[in-house]
Amino acid sequence: MSNVWTIARRELNVYFSSPIAYIVLAMFSLIFGYFFASGVAFFQSISAQAAMNPGMAPPMNVNQFVIQPTLGNFTIILLFLMPMVTMRLFAEEQRQGTIELLLTSPVTDYEIILGKWLGAVLLYGCMLGLSLISMAVLFLYTRPDWKALLAGYLGMLLIGSSLLAIGAFLSTLTKNQIVAGALTFGLFLLLWVLDWVSQYSTSMVGKVCSYLAMPPHFEQFTKGVIELKDVVYYLSAIFLGLFLSKRSIESMRWKA
Amino acid sequence: MIQVEGVSKRYGPHQAVRNISFEVERGEIVGFLGPNGAGKTTTMRILTGFLPPTEGRAVVAGFDVMEQPIEVKKRTGYLPENPPVYPEMVVDEYLDFVARIKGIRGPEVAQRVDAALERTSIGHVRSKVIAKLSKGYRQRVGLAQALIHSPDVLILDEPTVGLDPKQIIEIRELIRSLSGEHTIMLSTHILSEVASTCHRIIILNQGQIEASDTPANLIARLQGGESVQLEVDGPAAEVAAKLQSVAGVDRVTRGSDVAGRPTFTVDSQRTADIRAELARAVVESGWGLYGVKATGMSLEDVFLKLTTTDPVAEGSEGEAEAAVAAEEN
Repeated sequence: MSNVWTIARRELNVYFSSPIAYIVLAMFSLIFGYFFASGVAFFQSISAQAAMNPGMAPPMNVNQFVIQPTLGNFTIILLFLMPMVTMRLFAEEQRQGTIELLLTSPVTDYEIILGKWLGAVLLYGCMLGLSLISMAVLFLYTRPDWKALLAGYLGMLLIGSSLLAIGAFLSTLTKNQIVAGALTFGLFLLLWVLDWVSQYSTSMVGKVCSYLAMPPHFEQFTKGVIELKDVVYYLSAIFLGLFLSKRSIESMRWKA
Repeated sequence: MIQVEGVSKRYGPHQAVRNISFEVERGEIVGFLGPNGAGKTTTMRILTGFLPPTEGRAVVAGFDVMEQPIEVKKRTGYLPENPPVYPEMVVDEYLDFVARIKGIRGPEVAQRVDAALERTSIGHVRSKVIAKLSKGYRQRVGLAQALIHSPDVLILDEPTVGLDPKQIIEIRELIRSLSGEHTIMLSTHILSEVASTCHRIIILNQGQIEASDTPANLIARLQGGESVQLEVDGPAAEVAAKLQSVAGVDRVTRGSDVAGRPTFTVDSQRTADIRAELARAVVESGWGLYGVKATGMSLEDVFLKLTTTDPVAEGSEGEAEAAVAAEEN
């Protein structure tokens, strides 16, 4: 386990000793902040309307009007930023030849993979940490349901971690970071739009496709609902990504 | 310390290593010598547990590389052809990381880092970013990385490639100083390197072991006698005939002329020195003798003889020797 931590810590060091972490965190904060501000502005405007005709007002709460749409939009940021976090994970090691150092050290393949993935997850954790600043503002002026928010953050952690696991796998496939990045972005985009199929098809294929799509599983979390099937979906995605990485590294040994 | 039994490695249809077997004793420095593509790197990667062999068995430090790779990796240090360094890391930070993934924990990490820095004399660049170091220093960082966990076995793939002459000498001295406490296998295609650093040479060619012996023995074995070069002022054909008639002479080869005078290479089977007899034969015939030089076969010749695949060398043994003799001139 301490090997995993050693590798994760190095990954985190790389992110923070290069511009990657700062750019990713800055872009994330900017866009997340914009989504959040729009949510708040919208909430304000309808609050003002509700104040003018109290009788017509719908039941209002911050969770539904601010947090839920902000978190819903938040996944779009992941679609673009996560490939930039994962594309270097293994591609860079292969290009520099440092993968040989890892593979000839007394650590198992799983320790290497878990370490690298954990490093990326920790950077993602920093992103989530920054987003909490916006939420803290919300708590200063309103009374959101913190349990629902917590469920939302669990969902955010799960969806991000599964994207990072899949991205890590795609990064094992090539020495070229751009290739890894393009593959990752392409696959993520596909996972985003896969549920379009359900709009015109009710066949088995349609059902499978819409099940595989990533964002629909996140929806319940934004409402503050933790459903087992969604948790299972994300955990399976994480497992699949890490397992495929392991297989890919094994094949690297046979081919090298 | 290292036992390799019948190891082969295939990449699809390409056979990189064919059924090789050898052993390396504790504290020995063994050099792998061979042209590019001979299977040196593949063999070394198998020994480090990086590549599984297609067939055969390799035991390093008492553990099978296939069955207990982690145990093998704990006891081997490996320097690949390109030092596996992270360019964006500081030397200290990098060695700290390597020490930890090699299984060192706690306060020992800092001690080992200091020891490795001292051993490879790179203490003064410890707080520099690796990307900013010269090739020679990067190579030393690579070496420091390989020996940080004081492994029983050190495997160095072309440790001096790309270095300037001064750096090469320094690295060789460093490698020599490491023998005894470590068993070292190094690969190279530079002959003087193995001659100056190794106790034993294994010559690999096309994935097979062509020879395995000490540098001195290899030369002696292939040479099979002395070879003398003469420069004579006289009619070439007659001189050759006269030289041939001297007792103990095996073969006389005419070399290129020097200032209009023919030169000859005389091979003898005897180990006794025949230079005096050759000189007498020339002088007694009334020709001018301008030079007599005994030339031992160099390691270069041995290497060429063992690894050349051109038709001349593949023909009879005599022809191969003629080819070597021609190259000398």
